[in-house]
This record gives sequence, structure tokens and C-alpha cells, in this order.
Amino acid sequence: MTRRRAFTVAAQGLGGIAGAAIVLPAVGFAVAPIFHRGKERWEAVGPVGDFVEDTYRQVVFTETEGIGDAGKTTAYVRRGSKQFGEDPKRMVAVSNRCAHLGCPVRFIEAAGNFICPCHGGVYDFQGKRIGGPPVRPLDQFQTRIRNGQVELGPRYSVTSQLEPVRARDPGEFTGGVWEYLYPPRPSTFPPPSG
Amino acid sequence: MKLDSLIPAPLRKPAKPGQGNGAKGAAPADLKASPPERPSDASRLADRAKEAPADVLAWVDQRTAATGFLTGMLYRKVPKGTNWFYTLGSATLFAFIVQATTGVFLAMFYTPSTTQAYASIAHINNDVFLGAFVHGMHKWGSSVMVILIFLHMGRTFFFGAYKYPRELNWVIGVVLLILTMTMAFTGYLLPFDQRSFWASVVGININGTGPIVGPYLSDFLRAGPELGATTLSRFYAIHMLLVPGAIIALIGAHLYLVVKLGTTAPPWLRAEKPKIAAPVARLEAGSEGNGGTPAR
Repeated sequence: MTRRRAFTVAAQGLGGIAGAAIVLPAVGFAVAPIFHRGKERWEAVGPVGDFVEDTYRQVVFTETEGIGDAGKTTAYVRRGSKQFGEDPKRMVAVSNRCAHLGCPVRFIEAAGNFICPCHGGVYDFQGKRIGGPPVRPLDQFQTRIRNGQVELGPRYSVTSQLEPVRARDPGEFTGGVWEYLYPPRPSTFPPPSG
Repeated sequence: MKLDSLIPAPLRKPAKPGQGNGAKGAAPADLKASPPERPSDASRLADRAKEAPADVLAWVDQRTAATGFLTGMLYRKVPKGTNWFYTLGSATLFAFIVQATTGVFLAMFYTPSTTQAYASIAHINNDVFLGAFVHGMHKWGSSVMVILIFLHMGRTFFFGAYKYPRELNWVIGVVLLILTMTMAFTGYLLPFDQRSFWASVVGININGTGPIVGPYLSDFLRAGPELGATTLSRFYAIHMLLVPGAIIALIGAHLYLVVKLGTTAPPWLRAEKPKIAAPVARLEAGSEGNGGTPAR
């Protein structure tokens, strides 16, 4: 190696290190939120006696803090029903976020279905898709009972058989090979077991 | 031709071959018989003043040598048949300049905070002098830019102007198209009303439907699992710092290649036969010395 070549390589190497010292922290700064999981948040939405097993009660609670009303979300809550093999002591909280592209669905009492106004997605009483473009059932929220109050916790998604999986964004399939094609994001919470 | 005297000589449009500037005519014969009057100090000063703009340009030119580049760019040859369709690129550039200018002034009043964004837009629209006008220019101008860039792309495609040697410019143009769509997407959230909020939710979720990278991409766009306060500041930074810088740089490269490679003639024009054809034909007939087959 000649002296000239050694200097060239050294100068380019130093330039590369200086460039990386600027670019890498900036990129890391921008992508860091992907790997960050916020604090688990539980919010009371009403006394246990308010909820029955044959219809839903609509509750509004804060899912994202710090952005005012925009951070609130709607859930439809009922008591577990023996008809579907659920534990009557537990609460079922179905998210109103459509599994197609995230529009807000509404529970239509007369039909017993959830219907999405945007692209016509329809879900049955349990939140399973029965029509339209959605790719999976409606998401649910973890529930627990504290001091006679029903509390809602982190969001989770379900497969077509209503098995809990980590929360996915709308439009992403769940279950089977889709668990690999739409990998769970590190920013979501583990699903409830059982 | 008063205008010509304001332009430094190298910047003037070059004369066509065979047309003199008339500068080298003979001096009038009666110059000795009746010499011109001596100019007064005032008229000399006025003459100097008239030359001042040209002097300034010449001063800059002497130090930058920009005129060679500028004359080459401004007086470059364009093919026969160049028509109004060829102005769509400049129109898109103009739309971008309008967006950049109005955007800078909107940024003086806009607050990229989830609790204040909506109120600051309302303030711009209702209280600021001409605020609704500047905001309207920016809002409707974004649609104009998207429409124009698509028309420009269609012109390039249907005229076959993407072919050799202009493929790289087509690729740069496609990147510019994507960046323009990114601008439209990120700008939509900024007013932070119901429409922009839900449109962004849906748009981010569409990004998330891409297999494998999709979920991470949507987390990256939202800066977290849900659309929140950092999403707005993130979109704002992308909208007014990251993408505009990239667009300006790429427009520079795009224009450089346009000037370097020239534009194409419209496809309905047939190529003219080169005027040099005659001597070549004689060569082939063998009547000239070089390379022709000797007649036997």
C-alpha cells in the first residue's frame, strides 16, 4: 500500500465514521417508537351491575393520553354469555374500530350486528365478520373487575375463532401463516391467556 | 433595442450564422468634417447610470462565469413541434413553488400540537389578514400540484419521452411523484379536525396492510401503536422539512437532466432526413476518393 492510498483510505474512513455519527442517531431517534411499549393503562367504565349478557353497553374511555378527545375510543361491553361458552363472571369488551381500515363501527341493536359506515363491514353479536371487506373479527380490550367496577385495559386482536393474539392494525389478517406475514409489533401488549 | 444594452454581452441571444450584429460597419466619412459634440458632464453621468445594471451583472458574471451556463440553458434548442403539453413540467414546478411559499407563511401561524393545531388553523382562517386566502392557496394548490404532476407524467409516457437516454429522468420523476403523494398525505393530518384525523387513521392502516414490513411501517408513521401527539409533530416534520428538501434536490437533478439531454419531439413528427446525406451518397457511389468502391 502506498502512502497516498493509505491517506485516501484513512480520510474516507474518517468521513464515513463522521457521517455515521450523524445519520445513525437520527435514524434511531426516528424509528425508536417502533420498539417502545407504553405503560399498561386500565380505566373504570362503570359498575358491574350496568352490564348484561344479551346486549352491549357503549362506553368511552381514553386509549391514548395527551391528545384530548382524539385519544378516546369506544368499546361495547357486555357480560360473558353461557350461550357462547364464556365465563359469566368475566366481561367482554369489543372495540368499535373496524378491522378493515379503522372506521368506527356501531352496534345495531335491532340486527344484533356491528355495522361499519365506511365500506359496509358487518360483524355478528360476538364481533365475528359476517360480511363486507374486513379481514378478521373486531378487536377486544382486556377486562377486569376491581372494587365492583369494570375496568378496560390494553387492546388485543383475535383470530377468526376468537382466539386472542397481540393487537394488529386494521387490515391485517390474524391466525395461521398470517401471524408471520403480519408479525406482532413490539409496541403492543401480550394477549390475555385463556 | 434598449433592452439589449441592459444585458451583458455574453448573456445576449447569440446571432444566427450569416447575420452580423452590424458592429463592424465602416465609420461614417463625415466624422472628421463634423465631429460629434462633446458630451456634457450631466449627460455623461446619465450614460454611466444607464450602464449601471449591466455593470452589476458583468461584475457578478466575471466572478461566477454564470453566463455560459445561463445562455446554454435559456437558449437551448428545442425540437420542432414543441407545444403546450411541454409546459406541464414547468406548471408542476410552479405549483410546487406556490406550495413552498404559502407553506412558509402558514408555518408562521400554525402550531403543531394536538391541543392547539385546530385552533391555530381557525385563527389563520378567521383572524389573520388574508389568512384564509393563503391557507386556501395551500389547500387547493396541493390538489393542483398532484393533478399537474400526473398530467406531466402522462405526457411523458404518451410521447415516449421516457425512452433512452432519458430513463433516469423518468425514475427521478417517479420518486418526485411518490414524494408529492407523501406531501399530500402528511399535510392532510395537520388541520387536526375529524376529517384529517380519520383520513390519516385509514391511510396509516392501508400502509399497515403490506406484509411483513407493514405493521412496522404504520408504527413508524404513528410513532407508536396508536395515533397520538407525536404523530402530528412527526407528520409536520416530514411535511415541512424532510420531504420538501428531498423534492428540491430532486427537482434540481430533474432539470439538470432535461437541459443536458434536451426534450423530445412529439411522436407524430417524422424524423427529417439529414441534410448531410448527399455527400455520403456520393461516397457510396465511389466518385470520391475515401473508402468508396473504385469503379472498374
